[in-house]
Amino acid sequence: MSTEGLQIFSLAGRVAIVTGGNRGIGLAIAEGLAKAGATIVIAARDRQAGAHAAAGLGPNALFIETEITRPDSCLALVRATESRFGRLDILVNNAGIMRAARAEDTGLADWQAVLDINLTGAFLCAQAAYPALRRQRAGKIINLGSLASTFGTAASAAYACSKGGIVQLTRSLAVSWGSDNIQVNAILPGYIESDMTRRAETERPGAFDAKRARTPAGRIGLPSDIAGAAIFLASDASSFITGTSITIDGGYSVQI
Amino acid sequence: MTGIFTGKAALVTGAGSGIGRATALAFAAAGALVTAADIAPEAANETAALITQASGTCLALHADTSLAADMAAMVARTIAAFGRLDIAFNNAGISGGRPGTDDFDEDRFDRVMAVNAKGIWLGLKYQIPEMLRGGGGAIVNMASIAGLTGVGALSYTASKHAVIGMTKAAATRYAGQNIRINAVCPGAVDTPMLARATAGGAPGPPGTSGPLAAPADIAAAVLFLCSDETRFITGHPLVVDGGVLAG
Repeated sequence: MSTEGLQIFSLAGRVAIVTGGNRGIGLAIAEGLAKAGATIVIAARDRQAGAHAAAGLGPNALFIETEITRPDSCLALVRATESRFGRLDILVNNAGIMRAARAEDTGLADWQAVLDINLTGAFLCAQAAYPALRRQRAGKIINLGSLASTFGTAASAAYACSKGGIVQLTRSLAVSWGSDNIQVNAILPGYIESDMTRRAETERPGAFDAKRARTPAGRIGLPSDIAGAAIFLASDASSFITGTSITIDGGYSVQI
Repeated sequence: MTGIFTGKAALVTGAGSGIGRATALAFAAAGALVTAADIAPEAANETAALITQASGTCLALHADTSLAADMAAMVARTIAAFGRLDIAFNNAGISGGRPGTDDFDEDRFDRVMAVNAKGIWLGLKYQIPEMLRGGGGAIVNMASIAGLTGVGALSYTASKHAVIGMTKAAATRYAGQNIRINAVCPGAVDTPMLARATAGGAPGPPGTSGPLAAPADIAAAVLFLCSDETRFITGHPLVVDGGVLAG
């Protein structure tokens, strides 16, 4: 978001961690927050992609190799961020995976991997970030949900459960940490053209056309469509918004 | 004055006080040409004077949003003054009275529905054709957490549910023509309307006992929803309630 003439949308001087910020929606959010003035820490597993993404986000941006399903790794991420930049203001829980399989064919390992990364990982990162945000008596946590937070999907019950859980995690953390002046909100992107959906389209062509046809806006979303809401939810402009979810789907979910 | 809305024309109803005034000032500060409409002409004039003092441009006019003729004239005068309509914030609304005591006041019901629900429908009716002519636009309608729950007097709650319903229906209809239509759902906001509703110690809406939102908090959400950065958001009721609905 252009912050010209609108100081309340500025993120100058703020430090943000974006999990899975090395590509897709996470990278677009990292770029948006950086454009609004924030210093970015990319937390991800893929060392090469993470370092490459950080290099494109300005001289101060940092990549920290992180395994968000491990509490010690999440704590190390926050510690490294604070020791490098002296503060933490914003956590974006974006990292996520999808394992397409019908419910009857979903193995326990896949079920657990999806819930571990998409839901437990977000919880562990928030828990690790809390002391830093509480100390400053100001903080912003943004969790990435999905259309599957709202609707069921035959493509992956595990994914829908993890993303539905994100909405409840968002509400619970908002209620828990409101008195610390920490706002916790979710973004629910609609169908977005990303590595994840492009892979699904390659495996089973037709989803893009079907989603486009059902979307009132007449197109599929782009990762860059998500960045503005992240800036808003990371900035002082949203200081009275907490525990809610913003749907970004071109009207998909209001037309059944 | 330059900003993210430079060159855009923005219309705000109920712009003479509270959230409407704060939003009109914020649009002007971000570069928009502003029409400030209010049922109280002197209040609209005061908003215009504040904008002009800050080197902005504002057209003040009188409008009762429940009257089709007033709403048609409001849009026509905006087009005459600025040549375009890019943004509309259908904000004007009235209280439903004290829940539990005024629930079955028929005159109140008719008036609340006329202003809060039909007034927004009339806004859409006259704003959308101008936005279609201009190639697109963004509209934000004033709802409330009473549009999502059962708080509030019956008339008020009914009117705010209606706002969210027509926001969604209109959003799906015009998304393909580059018009986005969203709503804001505030909880308790520090406004003259809340002060009147809680005069004499009457309980206000949920959240009244905690920190209140400032009108500027709602204005920021409206500007966000009208910016190009929200180009893929439509039909969404954005809750601005300090977490009241979350827990």
